[in-house]
Amino acid sequence: MNPTFGSILIKVFAGAVESGTILLLPTLGEVLTERSGVLNLGLEGLMLIGAFFGFLGAMKTGNPYVGLLLGMVAAAAAAAIHAFICVTLRGNQTVTGLALSIFGAGLTSFYGDSWVSQRLTIAIKPMAVPVLSQIPVLGPIFFSQDLIVYAAYILVAIFWFLLFKTKVGVNLRAVGENAKAADAMGVNVVGTRYFWTILGGALAGAGGAYITCCIHPYWLNGITSGKGWIAVALVVFAMWNPFNALVGGFLFGSIEALQLQLQAAGTYINSALLSMLPYITTFVVIIVATVIVRVRHVGTPKELGIPYAREEK
Amino acid sequence: MKFLKVSLIVLLAIAFVVGSTGCKKAAPPTPAVEKLKVAFVYVGPHNDGGYSQAHEDGRLYLQQNDPNVETTYSESIPEGAQSEKTFRDYAAAGYKLIFGTSFGFMDAMVNAAKDNPTVKFMHASGYKRSDNLGTYFGRMEQPDYLAGLVAGKMTKTNKIGFVLPFSIPECIREVDSFTVGLREVNPTATVTVVYTNSWYDPAKEGDAAKSLLNKGCDVIASGVDSPAPLDEAFKAGKYGIGYDMDMAAGMKTADEAKSVLTSRIWHWGPYYLKVAKAVEDGTWTSGDYWGGMADGIVDIAPISSAVPQSVIDYVNTRKQLILDGKYTPFDGPMINQKGETVVPAGTTMSDADQLNLQWFVQGVIGEIPKSGS
Repeated sequence: MNPTFGSILIKVFAGAVESGTILLLPTLGEVLTERSGVLNLGLEGLMLIGAFFGFLGAMKTGNPYVGLLLGMVAAAAAAAIHAFICVTLRGNQTVTGLALSIFGAGLTSFYGDSWVSQRLTIAIKPMAVPVLSQIPVLGPIFFSQDLIVYAAYILVAIFWFLLFKTKVGVNLRAVGENAKAADAMGVNVVGTRYFWTILGGALAGAGGAYITCCIHPYWLNGITSGKGWIAVALVVFAMWNPFNALVGGFLFGSIEALQLQLQAAGTYINSALLSMLPYITTFVVIIVATVIVRVRHVGTPKELGIPYAREEK
Repeated sequence: MKFLKVSLIVLLAIAFVVGSTGCKKAAPPTPAVEKLKVAFVYVGPHNDGGYSQAHEDGRLYLQQNDPNVETTYSESIPEGAQSEKTFRDYAAAGYKLIFGTSFGFMDAMVNAAKDNPTVKFMHASGYKRSDNLGTYFGRMEQPDYLAGLVAGKMTKTNKIGFVLPFSIPECIREVDSFTVGLREVNPTATVTVVYTNSWYDPAKEGDAAKSLLNKGCDVIASGVDSPAPLDEAFKAGKYGIGYDMDMAAGMKTADEAKSVLTSRIWHWGPYYLKVAKAVEDGTWTSGDYWGGMADGIVDIAPISSAVPQSVIDYVNTRKQLILDGKYTPFDGPMINQKGETVVPAGTTMSDADQLNLQWFVQGVIGEIPKSGS
């Protein structure tokens, strides 16, 4: 009784949606943060903070959803530090972001030490969507997941609409493109940058907490193992568009899942080479995305990483 | 407070000097007893719940059982050239016995040992030695074989999945001896190998287990350090086999614990104590130590209640043979994936061949990548 090729593929892609969501949440947040002109390279640290405090919250309250929220709040607080240094003090965003990554790893290792290998009794469980989950192929892949995955779908739609179809989105993009002009138009540059940096942090925290409150319901130091860095690259892949972030997240999730499944199928391809696949794809995608950005002038917020000071001439 | 502390130390020092001269009148005056400083260098976090934690438990055992040592550790030290600094720093700081617990520390330790001839270096799982650099490891293959017996009896699909970090001899030995046990009780069962190419990546380790479960494997053996593969097995209603520590003990619910059939575990403590004592006595010499179950350095954890008693009894009889030195998983005949007999019946693979093992036995589905191919 061997599982059929088709049934294996469906399981692979269902798993890819799950691991893709870990990448999607921080990517989505960073798309919004960068749209406001703030570069936050601290996603890995924020994810770890979200993962640890999410786990801690779930342990203390016994409710993984409450845990997830706490993880988001903790990561949002850490992102607020980034906003303070980069927006108010106009510090170097690259350096601050890297410091945030290291800070997140250190903080969670320090406080997480006594929690290592402890487990949640109740983790977030999958909930199939009625009717939709019955659709052949697509149902088991996209609609037999957990609430966090569904929330991620909805967030992508909301933020896409917000970014491209509303006044709020126009203002947000204006701040990232030309802060001076936005300021002259009466947009609150500092407030906008603070808000989206903190929200981006909360989403990165959600990505981390999704790992510990759902997928691997225990705490280990450095449990995100580099997912935050892939998310940083995915923002470029997404060309700062929430919908592309969804595609990118799931694509990267699929590549990882597929390379492992290829090995399990006994394919004689060097597994170290297969492990490089997601990163080779990152290179290719960034090259392609950069070319598209050059030609069509879409994407990169023009003042990304540049602090804004009203008095400067 | 400070005055109290200082006076207490002075008092203790006086008491110590008076006390020791009191009972050792005949002995020549000895310099104040200097504790042996021992350092451990880990590749992962000291509490990774796996390989590095097993060494950390060994360090704590040493600290508790030998009052003449002072121990410390460095964790999450990347393998390769960067680790050399860690070893040199410890040597410079007066550490006289330094354990490096990961294979990739080898060349760094060779270099550090060359320049610090008075410091004893001990490298786990390596094969390069010098006058002050010894190697040590445990024959995890013996518990692997016993775990293979359990897996062979418990599988219904006759497909076992093995999540491996790398295709180095240490990992290949584990798969081979596991498969030998598996096929002894279930000649049609196979082992599918998936590499994560990382010592520590819980999410990927879980995904690797998933890919094996998708394929129809119903027992997942872990050769990696996090419990993620076992979780995936439990979630899918299948069985897992743990590594490094008794992973059933860490599970939250009885059902989860039951799904972990057994674990192959390390007990480094008594060995570390022995080495430290030898260094203190001045009897330490460089060499290679490769202990097995009879020495207690490796073992299998208590077997899950999901396993029938008859299987446990069988495992115990085989275990006794290993303990008595009458059997090793590398006894011939051993047949490779192509069906060729590599180790003929009546012979046993030599330790040197085991240390450089680069082929899978019959029944393993997977390949050993050649670098750059």
